[in-house]
Amino acid sequence: MDFLEFVNFYIVPGLVLGSIYALGAVGITLVFAILRYAHLAHGDMATLGAFVAFAAVTLAGVPLYAALPIAMVATALVAVGIDRLFYDYLRERPRIVTVMASLGVALMVRSVVQVIWGVDAETYTRGIVRPENWWGIRLKDREIATVLTMIGLVLCLQLFLMKTKWGKAMRAMSDNPNLALLSGVDNAKVVFVTWMIVGGLCAAAGFFLGLNTELKSMMGWQMLLPMFAAAILGGVGRIEGAVIGGLVVGVVEEVSVMFLPSEYKAATAFAILLVMLIVRPTGLLRGKVL
Amino acid sequence: MEWLGLLNYAVFMAIFICIYALLAIGLNIQWGFTGLFNAGIAGFFAVGAYTSAILTSPPEAGRVGGFDMPVPVGWAGAMVLAALVAWPIGKVCLRFRSDYLAIATIGIAEIIRLVIKSEDWLTGSARGITGIPRPFGDLPYIHSQLAYLALVAGVLLVVYLLVERQIRSPWGRMMRAIRDNELAARAMGKDVPSRRLEAFVFGAALMGLGGALFAHLNRAITPEAIDPMVATFLVWIMLILGGSGNNRGAILGVAVVWVIWSFSEILTDRFPPEVAVKAKYIRVFLIGLMLQVVLRFRPEGILPEPQRGAAAKEKR
Repeated sequence: MDFLEFVNFYIVPGLVLGSIYALGAVGITLVFAILRYAHLAHGDMATLGAFVAFAAVTLAGVPLYAALPIAMVATALVAVGIDRLFYDYLRERPRIVTVMASLGVALMVRSVVQVIWGVDAETYTRGIVRPENWWGIRLKDREIATVLTMIGLVLCLQLFLMKTKWGKAMRAMSDNPNLALLSGVDNAKVVFVTWMIVGGLCAAAGFFLGLNTELKSMMGWQMLLPMFAAAILGGVGRIEGAVIGGLVVGVVEEVSVMFLPSEYKAATAFAILLVMLIVRPTGLLRGKVL
Repeated sequence: MEWLGLLNYAVFMAIFICIYALLAIGLNIQWGFTGLFNAGIAGFFAVGAYTSAILTSPPEAGRVGGFDMPVPVGWAGAMVLAALVAWPIGKVCLRFRSDYLAIATIGIAEIIRLVIKSEDWLTGSARGITGIPRPFGDLPYIHSQLAYLALVAGVLLVVYLLVERQIRSPWGRMMRAIRDNELAARAMGKDVPSRRLEAFVFGAALMGLGGALFAHLNRAITPEAIDPMVATFLVWIMLILGGSGNNRGAILGVAVVWVIWSFSEILTDRFPPEVAVKAKYIRVFLIGLMLQVVLRFRPEGILPEPQRGAAAKEKR
């Protein structure tokens, strides 16, 4: 197999899948670092976002890419609502109780999707998309859109975290919550902003997964492990780390098909997770260890 | 006839309650007494079920075994293998906060599911393993059911007594100390990761035993036998509702949740098919909501953990 073929069959799909994981992993790393728990409903919130976009496309006839912001806003609001309803009052209890609550929420969100949209696979658009040839590398429009949107969203997020008041408050909560609270950071607002961002990123991850593969009620849950592996690989709390982690996990998953039966693609993310916890639990970019 | 059917159903339910009670006690050791979050209960259950099935079923072409061994060997093997699967996971993850264990157990359960579905030579993939011997399986149906119930209840009783004894022992006291104040326990010189590992492995072994009892009850095990997330979650809600940290509470929780779960299934099965499919998901939604409600309004469960030691004596 020559190099171009390797790039076309493994690296390109790996980077596309990795961009999707990166969008989810950034959200996971934010929740992990700022709110300090593992959010197990993350994948199913992505599923919800994907299906909201699906409803916008099929029922309201919204153009495909215009459905993305709609889904992001809707899922952000749902995320804030879920936090108010199910996580907020657990704040004084050990954090692990919130992890448990999020597992319950994962099941609830998924069953809502299954009741409304059923369990059959759906797609946003019908027909086969032909990839275009860029100097021997075959890329589909939607693949380019996935990677570019991911980069754009992450850059916006970085700008927000670095430049704005609320972004700085979020970073302060992540670095030292006691000091941040003492300095007058409004915890409730930080939690609100965090969930708005995380919900939006979830929806984007779900939308692009649905765009590049198909929409299924279990798609988000199956993404949960790779997303966590990506967040921990990059270093918990590090946005750039989550992006790098996502891309690495995506590429490794695709390349693993050369050596492993394809059923075990999901196992590679798990292997990465365990190896990182053994070798370097702070992740590549020195994040937190909770 | 109606009467007999009802009795049959009650016995069937009781067997399931005993099996789930084993899982709940296993989880209680991990969560209730030690504070470890295991989200892969179904994985350890499946390891136990398949191990016992492979060890005790008659030989079959194209698959490892069966080895036609006596049933107790299968059960012991189920516990050992479930513990062996749990050990490395615990070893890696228990140095950190329980969140990492939660993610890793989700992962291991997923991988176990993949192995079971795709490794034909080991698990018979979609066909599963059949011809698993059942203790007292030669008796007429109702006698056989009753005898199996007695057997499972006996196992549960033994496990319950042993675990209770262990919890009252200095080991149990140390575990509670670690759960309630890890820093203080470490300052007293307790080896926190090793103690947690013991609890995690021990709990996983009990889940494996539960799986083995399930496989022998059905005489067959297939990948579809359990829905991994729903099974795991059911055990969680049983323990939280019944009262984590209290084994009697755990068993009570199992009985309450299992009765609600099965009766709601009977109810939804009577709906017209197109509604029944949706009703299945609504049931899952409600069980998730139930967890949130319990966590909010009665986090200690129906039977809270009893106070032990000096504080309990003062009260009396």
